[in-house]
Amino acid sequence: MTHALTKVPPAPAGRRRAQAQRRGGKAGRAGGHNHAGPVTYIVLALAAFFSLFPLYWNVVAASHTGERVVQAPSPLLPGDQLFTNLEIAWNQVHMGQALINTTIVAGTVAMSTVLFATLAGFAFAKLQFRGRNILLAVVIATMTVPPQLSVIPLYQIITELGWVDQLQSVILPTLVAAFGVFFMRQFLLEALPVELVEAARMDGANSMRIIWHVVFPVARPAMAVLGMLIFVQSWNDFFWPFIALTPDGSPTLQVALAGLGAGNHTVNHAVVLTGALIATIPLLAVFALLGKHVVGGITAGAVKS
Amino acid sequence: MATSVRAAADGSPPPAPPAPRPARRRKAPSAWRSKLYRLDVKATPYTFIAPFFLTFAAFGLFPLIYTGWLSLHRVELGGDAEWRGLENYTGLADSDFFWNALANTFTIGVISTVPQLLMALGLAHLLNYKLRGRGFYRVAILAPYATSIAAATLVFAQLFNTDYGMINGFLGLFGIDPVNWETEKWPAQIAISTIVTWRWTGYNALIYLAAMQAVPNDLYEAAALDGASRWRQFISVTIPSIRPTILFTIVVSTIGATQLFGEPLIFGGSLGIGGGSANQYQTLSLLMYEKGWVTGSLGQASAIAWVMLLLLLCVGGAQALISRRNRKKTGAPS
Repeated sequence: MTHALTKVPPAPAGRRRAQAQRRGGKAGRAGGHNHAGPVTYIVLALAAFFSLFPLYWNVVAASHTGERVVQAPSPLLPGDQLFTNLEIAWNQVHMGQALINTTIVAGTVAMSTVLFATLAGFAFAKLQFRGRNILLAVVIATMTVPPQLSVIPLYQIITELGWVDQLQSVILPTLVAAFGVFFMRQFLLEALPVELVEAARMDGANSMRIIWHVVFPVARPAMAVLGMLIFVQSWNDFFWPFIALTPDGSPTLQVALAGLGAGNHTVNHAVVLTGALIATIPLLAVFALLGKHVVGGITAGAVKS
Repeated sequence: MATSVRAAADGSPPPAPPAPRPARRRKAPSAWRSKLYRLDVKATPYTFIAPFFLTFAAFGLFPLIYTGWLSLHRVELGGDAEWRGLENYTGLADSDFFWNALANTFTIGVISTVPQLLMALGLAHLLNYKLRGRGFYRVAILAPYATSIAAATLVFAQLFNTDYGMINGFLGLFGIDPVNWETEKWPAQIAISTIVTWRWTGYNALIYLAAMQAVPNDLYEAAALDGASRWRQFISVTIPSIRPTILFTIVVSTIGATQLFGEPLIFGGSLGIGGGSANQYQTLSLLMYEKGWVTGSLGQASAIAWVMLLLLLCVGGAQALISRRNRKKTGAPS
């Protein structure tokens, strides 16, 4: 499903290489490129350790008391305070509400981005219209404009509208992303035969029917990957939500966490890290369940140079 | 098609060309329906791309231009704009805070981007070997990508704590005195860069891996026949083959580094907005936020935003230049 996005399908190439090696035996291995030595395993194990250790320690710290977390030497094994901390984080600092807010924001943004990006990607990939190339260039160019350039007027707008601390101020500006349009275009360019669209037209289908009965079924795997990527991105987004929402109002998880960490009063670091854990666990669960697809999605979406 | 082949095999004269037209005409809709159809075909592409362009116009383009307009004015939060010409920009040029933030953005950018991409390149190379459990390694090194800036920074702020943090505890095992990761300039910048590197190395490694898997194996076999060592193959085959991808990640990481905001903000705790007790890790984005939302001078904040855009345009221009020269270099001899 993701192969179509890269110029040379990676998986078949890998399979072919593996087959060549199996067939060629020693000759195939003469390249010396394919088999890993012990050093490779050691380095990769270290990399995996350093990647996972902070996450593990987050769990450890969230399961101790606030006093224990700030004592040297730091705890290395889980304690028994996790549920106490969860309860404090849930009730006192409203992590539950933040979790719901974040789910609403990321879910809405992911769904709308997938829908609109598929429509636009289909138009750019398979439909003829005046100005197509220029408009596509505009889409790509917008990817490089940093959010810093729009936050000041955006803030003025949402202040005027009374939208500070309202979730729509975070949702609306990200309803559709240039990356998504480009991603879907790249996929549909190869995955959707233009004859299929023409045949549907010939049969008298209007655009809505074509979208529903031809484009969506073909695009579904790419839509799933895009939805996942956008969900992760929106879930973790910080800069604009931090400006548009306040920790005491109706924050997303990230804004709530920033508020927790910046508290001037004595901070209970175990509770802060429990909050961090609440913000991380849902996405890690997604990764654990769909790890392969996420990996595939990232590598597919990234090869766009 | 099948019928025409059979007809030719019979030796009988080819049948009259089939008449698809009448058939199609029978299905053809009435006049107004055909008009509707043509309208549908013409307008559909624009309807489909409209959501993107409307969103972009409202929340991207308009604010972009308006920020430029604001940058030429003196504006307080909630106040009226007062024309000042380039004063905000000349003010930045005279401001030590601006040059400090610019330098910090640059140094943090370098010490996060360079090791990050080098490590990603190495990891991708290793992951490209035939491995047992490659799925585990891929998911493991990608796990930090699933962590938010806020969560990651809060965890690392504890690990880097000067008094009780695990990193100083670990260094102590080797007899190294506790490093002041929070208040000293370089240690603080390294700590922040570590968070960035931790979150993005695996992501970049997977991007490189995807590019590496598209490199034809023949190249490696030929290099091996010529007696090239693994290291030599990596330098002479892998790197040149994935050069466009490397360039792409350099540009993306540079753009990301220019906008660095959340990590220094949260790492600094209550001192985050200023970028530490002595602004030792205040980035351009932080300075912009401080000007706009703490000091309340939106004109100055807008000017900083536009300086960032100019910096990014320079990066983009450099990238275009390099990739064009690369294309010439690789295109000419072959």
